[in-house]
Amino acid sequence: MTVKQCYEAIGANYEEVESRLRTEERIKKFLLKVLNDKSYDLLCTSIEQNNMEEAFRAAHTLKGISQNLSLTILYNSSSVLSDVLRDNQKYDEKAAELFEQVKKDYEKVTEAIKNLC
Amino acid sequence: MVIKRKILIVDDSEINRSLLSDMLSNEFDIIEAENGMEASAILHNQEHEISVMLLDIVMPVMDGFELLEVMNKNGWIKSVPVIIISAETVPSYMDKAYDLGVLDYISRPFDERVVQRRVTSTIMLAAKQKELAHMVTEQLYEKEKDSRLMIEILSNIVEFRNGESGLHVLHVHTLTELLLKKLMEKTDKYGISKRDISLICNASALHDIGKIAIPGEILNKPGRLTKEEFETMKTHSAAGAKMLSCIPMRENEPLIQVGYQICRWHHERYDGRGYPDGLKGEEIPIAAQVVALADVYDALTSERVYKAAFTHEVAVNMILNGECGVFNPILMECLTEISDTLKKEFSEASVTDHFQRDLFETVEQQMMDINELNVSERTFRLLEHERMKYQFFANMSKEIQFEYTATPEMLVLSEWGADYLNLPEMILNPKESAFGNQVFSKEDFEQLLKKLKDTTPENSIVKETYLLNINGNQRWSEVVAKSMWTNEEPPLYEGAIGKIVDIHEYLEKMNRLELAMTQDSLTGLLNHNVAKNKISSLLSTEEGKKYILLLIDIDNFRKANDEYGHQSGDEILQYIGNTIKNSIRSADMAARMGGDEFLIFMEYKDTTKPQVERVFHKLHGKYKEFDISVSMGIASSEDCKQREYDTLFQMADKALHTAKHNGGHSYYFYDETIEAVWETKFSQQQYKQ
Repeated sequence: MTVKQCYEAIGANYEEVESRLRTEERIKKFLLKVLNDKSYDLLCTSIEQNNMEEAFRAAHTLKGISQNLSLTILYNSSSVLSDVLRDNQKYDEKAAELFEQVKKDYEKVTEAIKNLC
Repeated sequence: MVIKRKILIVDDSEINRSLLSDMLSNEFDIIEAENGMEASAILHNQEHEISVMLLDIVMPVMDGFELLEVMNKNGWIKSVPVIIISAETVPSYMDKAYDLGVLDYISRPFDERVVQRRVTSTIMLAAKQKELAHMVTEQLYEKEKDSRLMIEILSNIVEFRNGESGLHVLHVHTLTELLLKKLMEKTDKYGISKRDISLICNASALHDIGKIAIPGEILNKPGRLTKEEFETMKTHSAAGAKMLSCIPMRENEPLIQVGYQICRWHHERYDGRGYPDGLKGEEIPIAAQVVALADVYDALTSERVYKAAFTHEVAVNMILNGECGVFNPILMECLTEISDTLKKEFSEASVTDHFQRDLFETVEQQMMDINELNVSERTFRLLEHERMKYQFFANMSKEIQFEYTATPEMLVLSEWGADYLNLPEMILNPKESAFGNQVFSKEDFEQLLKKLKDTTPENSIVKETYLLNINGNQRWSEVVAKSMWTNEEPPLYEGAIGKIVDIHEYLEKMNRLELAMTQDSLTGLLNHNVAKNKISSLLSTEEGKKYILLLIDIDNFRKANDEYGHQSGDEILQYIGNTIKNSIRSADMAARMGGDEFLIFMEYKDTTKPQVERVFHKLHGKYKEFDISVSMGIASSEDCKQREYDTLFQMADKALHTAKHNGGHSYYFYDETIEAVWETKFSQQQYKQ
């Protein structure tokens, strides 16, 4: 699977990311780094332990990373989740719903990246 | 070689940092920090090397806003341009960031060309600013130097006519400055700023310009002036003031205004008995009051045509006693308080040094005032040089050197020290780190920090000895540290610098020496002197207790020495020593008195015989071919009413001699019979003689 195909698989715009980050090689290098990034794990454990401050930061970091790499679906869901967590500072039904969405999107994105290797 | 500029990237996400680093590392050296705390540690050390900082806002430990506040507090924000790279674009966030001194904003997602362009233009802007600041500094310096030179030339003309050296002007300048600084410390009543001090000091040089209008024969008359002559002399103050006020178009210049006050009123006195206007108390401008005092002090301590020079102490006393007219009481206090400094200033440092230093201070002050960078490129290179020097000496000294900062709390170890302790050079939150609760015990470290915080700028050295854990070994170490304070009034505690020196071997040696002093080297028992002191103190302090003193002498020891040699003699003594050690209780005391005589001192309750018997039998035996037996004399503290060592010893000694006299290998308790025998013997000997 090429990098372009990977982006197509998750419904994201490859041309946009290429125009910003300039080379396919660089984009691939950083996509692979996403697999080792700890923010998603941190988000999950923080929610489990009901540490909303930490959960907010993790969601926020996830948002920043996916934004830079144009992982649009993950950017959208983590962005909404981080806003809700920052404002509410508690884990309610709405946050749970959004967290489920982030989970789904994260799975989808990482699945596609794994196919790159 | 092209030296790359350094960029500090502060972001908690590793991916984001390396993405930025990837985009910028061709052109720049990248330093990364995971949060605000790490960044502030880096800034603390490399403030002037960082060309630009890219800063995220949402981070753990210390976030971007908190870091910006620290940067403002420490003044780093003036030398390090900051670009925000946060994913947050809420207007309130951005406003707050700009308010805290941020220069630019790079929004996400990152675009390589945008990032490179923004970083480069920010650096160029800052570089231009630095260059300009440097130019302004140089020009200010030149300008300040020139204007001072003009004033000096002018006042020198006056003094030359007056037959004085140009030193008077310099002295008055220095004195005025010292007095004003002290005055500013004591009260804000006069509303004097640092700039005012510099202005008044400059203007002080003009105080006597009016003397140019005084005829030379009066000015330089060696004897006492007549009443008329003195009246003429007195006109110099008003004349000087008039000269200044007549300079066209300049009447609003601060230098002219202050100069006018000083010229006209530097002979006024606080009680209204001065001249020319007889102003009283605070009617006299403070500039004139201070210069008047400085003028009088220097006149007293200098040689003049009509008088010799007084010493510093005499001059100060004369002024305080009102012999030179009445001055403002608060200025008298200032004079008293700067007295020591004053004496040193005029005896050690040359006045021109002081002048030069003061010139730099003024330029620096002006730079601060126009809110520019205050480190010129030259200072910068000097700093770099100093740092290399410091690092070299630090590594050579084999001491752990450290620098502690109170807020944000961190500790920086010297390269050698960090290496030696196996710790990082930069330690954040030292109280919670391995340094603060493993190398030091938690209590020791907190005690040390508290001691430092409780010092004052005048009394800033702390010296303590701690048992440290150095890589698993317990080592006695000495910590010498100096607390650091800000230049503000009042000074604030900033942290400390210091070093840790291993004194373990030294202490052990001292302890061994101390032990050796108390021990007999051959047997390891106490020596006689130490035993005597200990016994004396027991006898006098433990009055209710009963003790016996045993003196032991080896029978036929000389024979053993003669037959088997000194080597064997020593071995026998060691054997006896060990036997004695093994036959007494831990509370008892044993000593070798020299030669083949030993001493045991023990407490007893009811009877004494069993323990004496035990010792006696233990000491009876065979060492190699030599049959060992001893004679012992015993005295009890009950028989010694004075409870004095010497008396008790004599008693035991008499008993021992009785045992020896009766053929040895026996022990005797001192009693009246023995005493009686001795008395006879003693008187017989007396008789013979």
